[in-house]
Amino acid sequence: MSNTYQIVVCAGVVPDPLQTLEPVSGPQGPALKNEMMLPSVLDPWAAHALYEASHLAKTVPGSRIWLVSLAPKAKLQQVLMTVAQKVSFELVALDGPASGFAESYEVAAALASAIETIPGLDKSRLLLFGGWESAARAAGTTLAMIGERLGISEQFQGVDSLQVREDGSFEILERVEGGKHQKSVCSGPPAVFGWATGNLPEPPNNPQTGMQNMRTVMPSLQKAKPIQVAGGATFVSAALPKQQRATRIVKETPVEEIAQEIAAWIRGGGAA
Amino acid sequence: MSSILVLVHPQPDGSLSRHSLEVLALAKSLGGGDVVVGAVGGAPAIPFEGRVLVVEGEAFTQPRYSTDAAAAQAICEAVKPDVVLAPSTSRWTRCLAGVAQRVGGRIDTHVTALDESLQAMRWYYRQRIEAVLTRTQRPWFLIIESGSSKSVAPVAGTPAAVVKIAVSVSPRTEVSGMVSPQGGGQTIKPEAELLFVAGAGWTKKQKDGRVRAAEAAGLILGFIDRAGASLGSSKSLVDLSGEGVSVLPFLSHLNQVGQTGSTPRHPKGLATCCHGEEPHVVGWRFINERRAVNLDPSCGWARGKADVLYVADAFEVVAKLNELLSR
Repeated sequence: MSNTYQIVVCAGVVPDPLQTLEPVSGPQGPALKNEMMLPSVLDPWAAHALYEASHLAKTVPGSRIWLVSLAPKAKLQQVLMTVAQKVSFELVALDGPASGFAESYEVAAALASAIETIPGLDKSRLLLFGGWESAARAAGTTLAMIGERLGISEQFQGVDSLQVREDGSFEILERVEGGKHQKSVCSGPPAVFGWATGNLPEPPNNPQTGMQNMRTVMPSLQKAKPIQVAGGATFVSAALPKQQRATRIVKETPVEEIAQEIAAWIRGGGAA
Repeated sequence: MSSILVLVHPQPDGSLSRHSLEVLALAKSLGGGDVVVGAVGGAPAIPFEGRVLVVEGEAFTQPRYSTDAAAAQAICEAVKPDVVLAPSTSRWTRCLAGVAQRVGGRIDTHVTALDESLQAMRWYYRQRIEAVLTRTQRPWFLIIESGSSKSVAPVAGTPAAVVKIAVSVSPRTEVSGMVSPQGGGQTIKPEAELLFVAGAGWTKKQKDGRVRAAEAAGLILGFIDRAGASLGSSKSLVDLSGEGVSVLPFLSHLNQVGQTGSTPRHPKGLATCCHGEEPHVVGWRFINERRAVNLDPSCGWARGKADVLYVADAFEVVAKLNELLSR
């Protein structure tokens, strides 16, 4: 039996975290103002999942990585110009909304269908990777639903470490309450891993990897299947939080005085 | 009114966490509905006038997707609820989306408020947009954040009678325990009054032209010990640690606060050497009182993100603070 892994990484596209977001009402419910104009990045936790997938695939030669993404084609192409230079993968692109307000149940259905149709995918060796939450919907539900649709009963969320043991089983660390990790041992694939940050830094750009990936990325983008994501929830409102504070700026004040004020505040006194 | 199932996982002594009791009180406050408790791992020793369904046994004492999902599915199929509420513990967060999928339901997580008309409030784009939504699809699973209900269900009285449900499972995963990545005083402390955030400025060249990372580490750990604070970090500082640069070795991604980190809940927060950029500050959404120490008077904190910004050298301020807190 082959010991290689078939790693499918589900990753969405989200607005660059430095962008100012403003909700507007659209025909399908809430949306972001100028959403198509906002610079985008690969969803951060899903990006970590991709880097971890690459690391794992390098340790088990013969393993393959597919990046499955549902996003507007033009946005996906823009994001992949950078991402494709970091790790090697085969792209499965779906042309549809990347909005955080899109229904996760429907998104999961679309992504699961796309994964099912990957030619030659051995589901008995499947490792389904993704972020444990997106930076858009931030619900942590889509990956688990995809796993269920694919019939995978071993799932892990908030994963920071995945080690393959000598017998082929996995040792997993998942984030739990109190800054701790839950340590589990899973007998092997198939399994779902919703990654938190992991332990790997972002790989540097490698133009050679980029050139290699682009041979499959561009055709995949060209034949990306259009996906309609049906609405689920009825939104009553979507608004920016009213969080502006009247900041008191303390400057040209002796350190002693500042420290005393902060100490008094920590101990329960000190007006803002 | 809808029938409401509240999912809990009792402690070994049968008690429920405050968070679970809040969710139970929230379910009762919705009014008119038939509230049922579903417990996984053991029977809850709480007074309750309604039905209590329990899945117990050795396999269900461990927090694990396959067994928790099977137990929650069995309870849902027995109760056939319209609404399922659960506290946002790692255990329920891990498995309930899968359960919703199995029973044909829909799910919303990180719910911060739910009213009688079943309008739920939650955040999108990592605490940057606040939305109120409702659904007609049933069952509707809602994972509730702590603090969403001001009251808690009573714990004194005759424990409720329970109905046991048998569930057969054959998990491929064994939970071998919990790992605390750090020892000593620098751990994350969810119960702490104060969040102390160390920003990347601690590891930059200081006004004497030197990098004083070792001194920074001593000051930060000294403060954490003396103030009993929880230690957080901005992403940039954590990334430097991940890239093997010897900066503040006790910081890991677990300390990271912000868009790609955690959104902790502490009454107070003190940021030091951190610029208060939006991706970091979104993680402060639930920090009530915010103060910052930074050399830049026009940093992000000055633009309505903190209550007080002290324009000062954090090395000097924290050294003096440590002295004051030692007294």
